[in-house]
Amino acid sequence: MIDKLTYSERQSASFILVAVAVVGLLMAAFGNSNQLGVHGVIVMIFAAALLYPVLSAIYAPEPVEDREASYYDDPIKVGIVLAMAWAIFGMFMGVWVAAQLAWPNLAFDAAWSTFGRLRPTHTSGIIFGFGGNALIATSFHVVQRTSRARLAGQVSPWFVLFGYNLFCVLAVSGYFIGVTQSKEYAEAEWYADLWLVVVWVTYFILYLRTLARRKEPHIYVANWYFMAFILVVAMLHIVNNLAIPIAWSSAKSYTIWPGVQDAMVQWWYGHNAVAFFLTAGFLGMLYYYLPVRAQRPIFSYRLSILSFWGIVFFYMWAGSHHLHYTALPHWVQTLGMTFSVMLLVPSWASAGNALLTLNGAWDRVRSDATLRFMMAAAVFYGLSTFEGSFLAIRPVNALSHYTDWTVGHVHAGALGWVALITFGSIYTLVPTLWKRERMYSAALIEWHFWLAIAGTLIYIFAMWNSGIIQGLMWRTYTGENTLAYSFVDSLVAMYPYYIARAFGGLLFLIGAVIGCYNIWMTVKAVPSTVPARPDAPETAAAVPGE
Amino acid sequence: MAELFHRKIERSSIGFAIAIVAAASVGGIIEIAPLFTIDGTVEEAPDMRVYTPLELAGRNIYVREGCYACHSQMIRTLQDEVERYGPYSLAVESKYDRPMQWGSKRTGPDLARIGGKYSDFWHVAHLMNPRDVVPESNMPAYAYLARTPLNLNDLPQHLAVQQTLGVPYTDEMVENAARDAYGQAVPDTDFASGVSERYGEATQVRAFDGVATQVTEMDALVAYLQVLGRLTTAAYQNTAAPELPPEPVE
Repeated sequence: MIDKLTYSERQSASFILVAVAVVGLLMAAFGNSNQLGVHGVIVMIFAAALLYPVLSAIYAPEPVEDREASYYDDPIKVGIVLAMAWAIFGMFMGVWVAAQLAWPNLAFDAAWSTFGRLRPTHTSGIIFGFGGNALIATSFHVVQRTSRARLAGQVSPWFVLFGYNLFCVLAVSGYFIGVTQSKEYAEAEWYADLWLVVVWVTYFILYLRTLARRKEPHIYVANWYFMAFILVVAMLHIVNNLAIPIAWSSAKSYTIWPGVQDAMVQWWYGHNAVAFFLTAGFLGMLYYYLPVRAQRPIFSYRLSILSFWGIVFFYMWAGSHHLHYTALPHWVQTLGMTFSVMLLVPSWASAGNALLTLNGAWDRVRSDATLRFMMAAAVFYGLSTFEGSFLAIRPVNALSHYTDWTVGHVHAGALGWVALITFGSIYTLVPTLWKRERMYSAALIEWHFWLAIAGTLIYIFAMWNSGIIQGLMWRTYTGENTLAYSFVDSLVAMYPYYIARAFGGLLFLIGAVIGCYNIWMTVKAVPSTVPARPDAPETAAAVPGE
Repeated sequence: MAELFHRKIERSSIGFAIAIVAAASVGGIIEIAPLFTIDGTVEEAPDMRVYTPLELAGRNIYVREGCYACHSQMIRTLQDEVERYGPYSLAVESKYDRPMQWGSKRTGPDLARIGGKYSDFWHVAHLMNPRDVVPESNMPAYAYLARTPLNLNDLPQHLAVQQTLGVPYTDEMVENAARDAYGQAVPDTDFASGVSERYGEATQVRAFDGVATQVTEMDALVAYLQVLGRLTTAAYQNTAAPELPPEPVE
């Protein structure tokens, strides 16, 4: 991988890594709270671990071939591996915290392992670690293939990938030692947030510059979604994380947003993290890998336009449905509810567009588990967006809010949609990327598929039951017009479902482990092949894009 | 026609990026900006007081431990919630809260009005091991809070940043933050009288964790829990509140 870089590129990479290590040293030296010091040490180790391979190959022979004549796939390969590693970590933490709710002594009377600290390691590990790495890797792949151009940078793709993973490591390791803003899905503290801004700006510039090299006049729809993902996540991240640290030497900061305004900003962020991280980016995946795997063109160009702009415009209004009946002014709640219901139109347009693309390929859905992963993902996408619009209706929300129903809804989306589309895309991508004939074992993909489906269904049925029971118990009155159940009564009723949920999660985790093994064996044991169609950028005279 | 227009903008990556930002900005601006300008968004509450340094430190422990993952601090305007937890929450009650801890999930009960409902002794026993007092509970044990001395040194910095952000701490409060935090948990000292002077006679000054010789994280967290819902009585006025705030249980 280092051998693909020129001497001066290796120098720039070393320079960046040394600069990062120096920042880590300063954090370690001046961090007067020991938390910032710990993170300084982690930053230094991270930089040193990357610096070692770069320096040990710095005088190795430079590449002689014309690099512009091939796609830049090394960062994608590493991104896929990192995504799968984070998947295992995040899912394991998920199973553990789920088990803690059923058996609370699984926290072992330590500070780092309490539910409150572990829960964000699960959510960040999955959303940012697994989801984010999968998005970066697939976006690098899709933008090159649909533009028929190589990535516009040799070092910057590595900077984006490893810089992003440094953010994930700082975020997740911070929760264990009590570094958190306790803003849901934005728990990472100010210095990690600042670092992510640097990484993200680089990512966006790299993406735009690669698009500028495209040999196609039009930008393919998958890239619209990846662009929306990058841009809007930047907006959300910056606004929601505006904060003042109590000192440059401290990990602790205070957000600039107080009380009710903080609540609105937080859920404007929180809901659109779902929209632009967990939906837009993964729709980008769907719009490329589904047609490729099905060998069918996307059903409707017009539907793509409708659903894209519908999602970009409507979603940003919907966050306030997380705050029904709260101290947030009523008019904002009403706007949030209205737009959430309207969101069903672009959401179902996307899901429908995906499923109708499969017309003429349904026999392959039956025989090919990889394509079936993506089909099931589109179905779950349709189901969970319907459920989302439904739960956003104020009186429905009165019952569902604060209960496990919300958790079930999130997992219908996260397991059923996000993870399934990712696994389908990865199984499509891995043989292409490593130039292998096929995945190592089709049977193992079948196993993974059915474990994932079973795990998801067990999970969401358990949470539907527990959530609705909980909501009903809280509002049940006796004949004498007093509340019928204490809070603890409702908790006791939850235990069977908490056990079932942990079991469902465990099945899903086992499936992901099988997936890792299958990918490993594909790279290791499947004979390599020459692709039927040339897989290289067009170097001939370019069609002017702009 | 629309399709032709789109065929044009999808040929320009910069144009497309600008269109995305424009389309995505509208909702947030319309829903967030007026929350700062419309007067009725946050109610008037002249009796609203700020957190004492000890309570703020306790709040930061609540934040550090991620309690929001299982406890809300937002009683909704629904009859069963008002009967279970007390008067529904007002925006003014969290106007000094950074971040707000309204929460999104109740694996445990709402805590917006937990202050004064249980004794300090109950809270300490419950935090040491929840199953000692509530056998069915699935909450983690927080015994280590009682073993960990509270870090008082950087409290002036905490208050100074809050002051910058508009919380009405006086310079005197900022200066004395560490002493006041100590005094609030160690009654019958000169430090303790300073707390009542600066934060009002109603401020609860006592050894929250039952040990008056040192200030632990347990002191701070219990002090915070005991003030939840008691910074102002605004929620009990002009609402369908069935009761007055509970008298503190010693």
